[in-house]
Amino acid sequence: MTTTSYSELLKKGVERRRVSRKGTNGFMLTLTGALTVLALIPLFWIIGYVFYKGGSTLNLAFFTQLPKPVGMTGGGVLHAIEGSLIVTFLATIMAFIPGVLAAFYAARNPNTVLGIGLRFSTDVLSGVPSIVVGLFAYALIVKPQGHYSALAGGVALAILMVPTIIRTTEEMLKLVPTNLREASLALGAPEWKTSISVLLPAAMDGVITGVLLAIARAAGETAPLLFTTLGNERFDLGSIISSGVTNHQSIFQILGRIFGSPIDSLPLTLWKYAGMPYPERVQQAWGVALILLILVLATNILARVWIEIRKRKLRG
Amino acid sequence: MENEIQETQPSVRRTLEIEIQELRDDLLYLGSMVEKQILGAVDSLKQRDLVSSQKIIDTDFEINRNRYAIEEKVMIAIATQQPMAHDLRLLASILEISGELERMGDYAKGIATISLRMKDEPLLKPLIDIPVMAQKGADMLHRALTAFINEDIEVARAIPEEDDVVDSLYAQVYRELTAFIMQDPTTIKRANWLLWVAHNLERVSDRVTNICERTIFSATGEMRETVSKNLG
Amino acid sequence: MEMNMNIEVKQNKDFTVNEMAEIKVRTSQLSVYYGKFRALTDINMEIHDRKITAIIGPSGCGKSTLLRSFNRMNDLTPSAHVEGKIELDGEDIYGKNVDVVDIRRRIGMVFQRPNPFPKSIYDNVAYGPRLYGIRQRNHLDGIVESSLKQSALWDEVKDKLHQSGMSLSGGQQQRLCIARALAVQPEVILMDEPASALDPISTLRIEELMHDLAKSYTIIIVTHNMQQAARVSDFTAMMMIDETRSGRMIEYNTTNIIFTRPQDKRTEDYVTGRFG
Repeated sequence: MTTTSYSELLKKGVERRRVSRKGTNGFMLTLTGALTVLALIPLFWIIGYVFYKGGSTLNLAFFTQLPKPVGMTGGGVLHAIEGSLIVTFLATIMAFIPGVLAAFYAARNPNTVLGIGLRFSTDVLSGVPSIVVGLFAYALIVKPQGHYSALAGGVALAILMVPTIIRTTEEMLKLVPTNLREASLALGAPEWKTSISVLLPAAMDGVITGVLLAIARAAGETAPLLFTTLGNERFDLGSIISSGVTNHQSIFQILGRIFGSPIDSLPLTLWKYAGMPYPERVQQAWGVALILLILVLATNILARVWIEIRKRKLRG
Repeated sequence: MENEIQETQPSVRRTLEIEIQELRDDLLYLGSMVEKQILGAVDSLKQRDLVSSQKIIDTDFEINRNRYAIEEKVMIAIATQQPMAHDLRLLASILEISGELERMGDYAKGIATISLRMKDEPLLKPLIDIPVMAQKGADMLHRALTAFINEDIEVARAIPEEDDVVDSLYAQVYRELTAFIMQDPTTIKRANWLLWVAHNLERVSDRVTNICERTIFSATGEMRETVSKNLG
Repeated sequence: MEMNMNIEVKQNKDFTVNEMAEIKVRTSQLSVYYGKFRALTDINMEIHDRKITAIIGPSGCGKSTLLRSFNRMNDLTPSAHVEGKIELDGEDIYGKNVDVVDIRRRIGMVFQRPNPFPKSIYDNVAYGPRLYGIRQRNHLDGIVESSLKQSALWDEVKDKLHQSGMSLSGGQQQRLCIARALAVQPEVILMDEPASALDPISTLRIEELMHDLAKSYTIIIVTHNMQQAARVSDFTAMMMIDETRSGRMIEYNTTNIIFTRPQDKRTEDYVTGRFG
């Protein structure tokens, strides 16, 4: 025992470790693999189940027709699809510019009072329950106006989107190398010009991704819309436009009617239909759920494809 | 505070310093060979020992080989270590000095060749001043190389002054030999041989002067010709 | 030192600092502060017109700070302020009536890492001219072409001017950045370790390019690579921090002298690689 040299001990140790390492390695690999599968089960379960339950509902009429009166079979959820698109579109427009501008400010002035305040309030805002945001939009717009509207829904969703946009844009701006900014300034460019024509394009991929993810999140929101858009099974974009055109209304009047009236949306419809005592409607709720799911999935995939395309393009 | 760290730690240029130290040793060794060759060449001439004269010629090949070895080592050190400033001057000087030493070896070889040419012919006159010149030249070479290794500028500046001694010895030999020729023109060949020997020895001490210039350059970066008074 | 007297003997190629005629940039008693910290102390140097001046020294000695004070990039650091003077053609660039934008146009900069804008090669080069209101297509075309030719990139990119600048190799990107700087016709080009992120061949190309550019421009380069400073520059400034960690210039001379027989022991130690 005493004659065993240090190097022999090391060799033995290495051998021992090799055996135990192989064992531990295999065990951990199995464990983590199993847990990964376990974590993925709910996801695929949900997707599979929704497809299974809702798949049969989907047909052309479901996408192109308005709802039939309660109790009747057939009809579609065109009003909800249109409503979701309109409200999300409004929200995106309202959230994008202020969100990106605020992100520029926060990225450039992280240690000023305003910068710290901005970051703090962004964190708080992203934690506010969406129903509270809906209530806020209700008090801000619906109450003074006296009626529910797509606009109010758009504001509520925009408020929900802004924190995501600010945070992702800010992170993306931070990733832009500082010497890119310096290179522009060193050519004599002013700060605002540098931000718009150098920093924003450099961060654009991330910004677009952030916006798409924010859209995906907002498109699935139900609670804030309860107080703001209310829901409107009679909403019919086509007839609003065609009647407006035949009555020689201006574009602003038509837009006013679209944005100013109560409107439906996919999550809202899902929520309402699912609670109804009519089996056809419950069945349709599964269909709506499927559309929502596909929309969210598609947005996510779109975001990823976008990044990939941009990467390829940059590499040339 | 960086300086303190530097004093307590081994130099970060250890590889280069080891290479330079080896080159210094090689140079000293080459110098001592050349020294021996000069003294040996004159001695074998004086003794009329043709065997040892031949040995001197053979040894010169070894000197040349050693010189090329030094040259190659210097090249490698420059290529691989990228020396700057003092290191660079030192290496350039070693290169130059090794060349000077090789030439001095050639002078010794030249003396030995003359000795062989003379075959059994006796010396024109007994050698007195020529061995003194050889002694003086070898001594100057020895001290010049020591000064180079120690970067002793004072010594390096002083040695070229002694070149005058060798020069006056040479002038002395020259006068004597021309006197022989004038007395008896048939001695012209033998006198000429000895004149060449003296000339070679005179060149040896000139080249020692070059070594001293290199020493000053290596130590200070100053590049200037040390001019002997009587030549100027 | 006694040997100073005969230094100029046999120095046919060197010209001593004082006898140079054209001074493009001159700093006098320049100090730069970050808040209370004095990052540079009393820098006095004369940058010669259409020569390459290298600034060397150990990390943190203030090389980059000095370089960035030449085109007032230090202004971007809110706490920074400058004492002393930097004169460009005799005019103090920190003077009251001086337009920073004009200074930055006249003194261009190339950075350590190649940093083309996420735009096409053409738009990268045209960025500067457009800033100054040049919009005419044929005018811009000419500027882009001549800038890319000057930076020795034209032949490699002339058929793909509208591809992204990021699609080029590292060395090409750096030459694109040089073209971008040249497009606004600067007089001085500052280079902050322009080859430190490049492979050896690209590095040598940039160095050759610098030699060509020095015919028309004054170049100031900061480099960690002493061989590079020795290869490319005409003059070399050696900087070091003092006891208060403030950067000082300890020796400024022709590059030949700095790398063969520096006068300051610390320069000697630095260039021979014994410290730094």
